[in-house]
Amino acid sequence: MRAAVVAEYRKLVTTRLWWILLLTMVVYMAFIAGAMGWVLSQGQATSGTGDEVTLSPQEVVRTVYTIAVSLGYVFPLVVGGLSYPSEVRHSTLTPTYLSEPRRGVVLGAKLLSGGALGLVYGLAGTLACVAAGGGVLALLGEPTFLGEASTWRTLGLSTLALALWALLGVAVGTVVTSQVAVVVGALAFTQFVEPIARVALGQTSWGGDVAAYLPGAAGEAISGGSFYASAGMTGGLLTAWQGLLVMLAYVAVLSLVGRATTLRRDIT
Amino acid sequence: MQPGPTSTPTSTSTPDDDRTVRVEHLTKTFGSGPHAVRAVDDLNFEVRPGRVTGFLGPNGAGKTTTLRMLLGLVSPTSGTATVGGRRYAEIARPAHVVGAALEAASFHPGRTARDHLRVFAPQVGVPDTRADEVLALVGLSAVAQRRVGGFSLGMRQRLALATTLLGDPPVLLLDEPANGLDPEGIAWLRGFLRALAHEGRTVLVSSHVLSEVEQTVDDVVIIARGRLVHASPLGELARLARRRVEVASPDAAALDALVAAGGWAVDDVRRGPDGATYVLLDVDTPAVGAAAFGAGVELHRLQARDVGLEDVFLQLTAPPPGAEQPPAGAPAPARLDGAA
Repeated sequence: MRAAVVAEYRKLVTTRLWWILLLTMVVYMAFIAGAMGWVLSQGQATSGTGDEVTLSPQEVVRTVYTIAVSLGYVFPLVVGGLSYPSEVRHSTLTPTYLSEPRRGVVLGAKLLSGGALGLVYGLAGTLACVAAGGGVLALLGEPTFLGEASTWRTLGLSTLALALWALLGVAVGTVVTSQVAVVVGALAFTQFVEPIARVALGQTSWGGDVAAYLPGAAGEAISGGSFYASAGMTGGLLTAWQGLLVMLAYVAVLSLVGRATTLRRDIT
Repeated sequence: MQPGPTSTPTSTSTPDDDRTVRVEHLTKTFGSGPHAVRAVDDLNFEVRPGRVTGFLGPNGAGKTTTLRMLLGLVSPTSGTATVGGRRYAEIARPAHVVGAALEAASFHPGRTARDHLRVFAPQVGVPDTRADEVLALVGLSAVAQRRVGGFSLGMRQRLALATTLLGDPPVLLLDEPANGLDPEGIAWLRGFLRALAHEGRTVLVSSHVLSEVEQTVDDVVIIARGRLVHASPLGELARLARRRVEVASPDAAALDALVAAGGWAVDDVRRGPDGATYVLLDVDTPAVGAAAFGAGVELHRLQARDVGLEDVFLQLTAPPPGAEQPPAGAPAPARLDGAA
């Protein structure tokens, strides 16, 4: 298994995709976090219903520092999501299964190596938010709470949540095996379908509970900071533990589906 | 006379060794219902170590599917395909036992040649330095750091071969390794494969053109439409060739009488102002010459016509006469290629 993980890890880092996506994520997250740090600390945020929302300074930093979990999770999702489809696209499944005929081991190795790279994305994305968002807050004379343990706990959980997105990506890739479908699907779902679904469900009496179980909401629950909830657009979140379990459940179910379908296929 | 699909593999009396490749009653049907395609149909053969074996058949005969079943990439509908008595999936660290190159396109274009090999080195169980060793073996050291996307087909073939050699395996299964190689590359490959077999390895090389591997292989396994049509040492294949004699005489009537008296099978006859020319089957020049001398027939030409192994191969793999359409899984017969 160790050898398989090393092999899968090398597959990820020997092409250019991983650092191009990582760089894009860092720049994008730094920009958003900086902008949000300024907007939220001015108390000007308006909710989806037009009501004024005021956040405590602590809520402001939590929202700013976890922007990557709220808006940047598409990057680890895509980098993990291409793990299996890229092998399908380039017919490299043949040498992969020749060097490790136990396909379950290959899937396990992809999940582990994808999760490891996800941690790198999580760390880089979270630090980008802290550096840019915290920098803006400091410049504005607002508190940054960087001396407090609870803040660092939030940062750690943000990293973990983003790593889980890469894991979820690997699992998705075993079910959706086309590179184009994964990228288009990930963009459409994370930037469009899920945000709208969360806002729409949040307006109903019953939908808020359902929306909390969507993967984006579950990811936010892990880090505890929610751009959507802070902006007053959606209902509450699950607890961090519940969010973690919901994310892992998505990973497990999709991996099992992939193992039972895609991974059983003949490689012709 | 027509060697039908009844040939059986040589009897399996010799004991198996770890390097023997064996295919028994192997069958693969793709799809189901009326659209089912039987790509491999009750195939039996074995491949011995220390020899280069040509695995031959027209395109679509089932060669690649058979190799993929041997390698656990495609699951057989029935039958077994084993190396050293074990299925591929049962072999611990299989890349140490079997090296396989199936298609020259199995590379991520954005990865360098060395990185491609380094990806697989941990699972093969060799240090990263082995990547440079095998690159040197196949003559790719100079381009180790270049991305595979810019490689020619011949370079990809060499890199595929390098990948199979990572684990220094005693059994090599190579699918159309000569595809895309220039004449110099083919000559190189020939020497390389011979050297590998000389070291006692089992080398199986597939091809749809016999002439491509004729100078390399010791044994041939020929399949068509998913079935075995012939398995033997290369020398025995030559014996299947029908002998032909071309004989010409200015006296057409005398030659007609001679042929009729000899009772020879006639393949072709041409008549013209300068007499007649016959092509006779299953007879040799001394017999025809002696008969003509005895009958006092004047001959202007008496010549044995060599039938190349390629013709034997085409005969063996041609669809059976009268078949309205090729059986499932067999595309256009190779014979039609020349007519295109």
